[in-house]
Amino acid sequence: MGRYVLRRLLQVVPVFLGTTFLIYVLVWAVPGDPFEGKCGERDCPASYVSMMRERFNLDDPLLLQYWKYLVNLVQGDFGVTSSGVQVLDRIAATFPVTLRLALVALLVEAVIGITAGVVSGLRDRGFLDSLVLVSTLFLISIPVFVTGYVVQLVFGLQLGWIAPTVTTPTFGNLIVPGFVLASLSMAYVARLSRASIAENRRADYVRTALAKGLPARRIVGVHLLRNSLIPVITFLGTDLGTFLGGAIVTEGIFNVPGVGGLVFRSILTKDGAMVTGVVTVLVLVYLLMTLLVDLLYAVLDPRIRYD
Amino acid sequence: MTDHLASLAPEPPDLPARLDHPVRPDRPRGLFGDAWHALRRRPLFWISVSLILLVLLMAAFPGLFAPGDPDAADLSRSRGAPSAHAWFGYDNQGYDIYTRVVHGARASVVVGILSTTGVILLGASVGVVAGFYGGWLDAVVSRIADVFVGVPFVLGAIVILTTLNAGGDAGPVRIVAQVVLSISVLSWPVAMRIMRSTAIAAKQQDYVKAARALGASSARIIGKHMLPNTIAPVLVYSTIALGAFIGAEATLSYLGIGLRQPVVSWGVMINSAKDYLRVAPHALLFPAGFLTATVLAFVMLGDAVREALDPKLR
Repeated sequence: MGRYVLRRLLQVVPVFLGTTFLIYVLVWAVPGDPFEGKCGERDCPASYVSMMRERFNLDDPLLLQYWKYLVNLVQGDFGVTSSGVQVLDRIAATFPVTLRLALVALLVEAVIGITAGVVSGLRDRGFLDSLVLVSTLFLISIPVFVTGYVVQLVFGLQLGWIAPTVTTPTFGNLIVPGFVLASLSMAYVARLSRASIAENRRADYVRTALAKGLPARRIVGVHLLRNSLIPVITFLGTDLGTFLGGAIVTEGIFNVPGVGGLVFRSILTKDGAMVTGVVTVLVLVYLLMTLLVDLLYAVLDPRIRYD
Repeated sequence: MTDHLASLAPEPPDLPARLDHPVRPDRPRGLFGDAWHALRRRPLFWISVSLILLVLLMAAFPGLFAPGDPDAADLSRSRGAPSAHAWFGYDNQGYDIYTRVVHGARASVVVGILSTTGVILLGASVGVVAGFYGGWLDAVVSRIADVFVGVPFVLGAIVILTTLNAGGDAGPVRIVAQVVLSISVLSWPVAMRIMRSTAIAAKQQDYVKAARALGASSARIIGKHMLPNTIAPVLVYSTIALGAFIGAEATLSYLGIGLRQPVVSWGVMINSAKDYLRVAPHALLFPAGFLTATVLAFVMLGDAVREALDPKLR
């Protein structure tokens, strides 16, 4: 196990370098003046431009620039934006909000998805099963921004049940955005657990448990669920990583002050230091989540051995 | 653009092509023959196929459904509600929403088909080669794929598209090409991984060993023997992906960085309608409905084909 963890950690390094380099090149190697429009409706003074080029090492060759950035990064210095804001401060201010939203979404996804999947997987093709299959197809097909706007329109503006935008990001206020964010993955979780339950339902260990005379509740709750939910839990783990990085649309619709809005605004205003900083954090989180999921796999399923 | 459609659209229907003649019961059916046999009886399959045909027809000949001009704007009818005269009403600029929804099908379908083709061509060919040869080539390709998977899709697409958009005003062809490129670049690893794992499994089969014993070259083994046996999972993925990419295009256009004027698409319409949601919700709901129905059709088709191709589920 220890050697496997080490090998996986070593595999993360080149992927991390490749991804951050890719983003760095895309952000900083853009043709055009990176300081255009940074000084209001006039050209930036030459002294400002030369100071900024000095600060972001723009006169160095690209690889050297990236290397210097990386060295600062490893020391915990994410740099300063062109308006003098510490990148790390902004990330520290917004990341907890996104984390909260992601956790709410994960909870919604897990509870509703697994329940629907288990209920329909335990039955042969009947009304409930078809209902789950058709409604998951619908959920998969509706883009998140459509769900978001329809929910905002119907429940926020027409019925007035919820506030259309999130003003203070408490857990309670994030329930509706969390539902919207989770809607797509919820359908995948339902289908995954349904397939897994339906496959394991005919396994020998279930028949044995049944023959021993165990009550149905125990067979399903203990024997069947524990074996069937392994792929579901790994899916949920990767999904948490995706939620943390991909909530741009949901956060935009409900005006949640999280990382997604921050990175979107920074990209539009060409705030290079902020974009590279945030994306680096998001990629790191995603890679660590995938690593964690792989390790979790071995813990949950003793049949899997990494040696 | 229509000839693109004509040459690319009938991707899934080449399964039925070889089964025009009735299958005699004593004649063994192949994998695809078996799948077609199972598909024919599923109503969901026929519903999705007819929906897709309708959308393709709309994309190829929008004039058939909406003879009006999609660019005819009249501010005096701005945000008009749906009526007998204009079924879907008018948007903020006074465009007829029905006409624009019909004309918007083309951009969405073209982006979907071109990105799927790009993803499948790139992903499947890299995947089959990586799976077949293995070794260092496989390791390098897999790490490169990891790099692209590591970037969250929306985030990566925004960064790529803002970089490409920096060039300033662009014509419709360039705008579409940029969106297709960014979707393909960020999505090929999925197709590659699917193809790679099927290729690794197929490599150890007896027929590959037999072909090699007969002296077939690697290129011939891959092209003639492995491809027909490994294409099914990627084909299923491509059907679902086509729907997903149409949704992705709409998401990017909605964010204001994908397609944009002068291109008409569902995402562009939703983007311009979102600021008037309170006063003119119909301007958002109609394109969103068409978008969802189209994506649903492709996802349903993919689902039906997957069930038909997977003997375990039957």
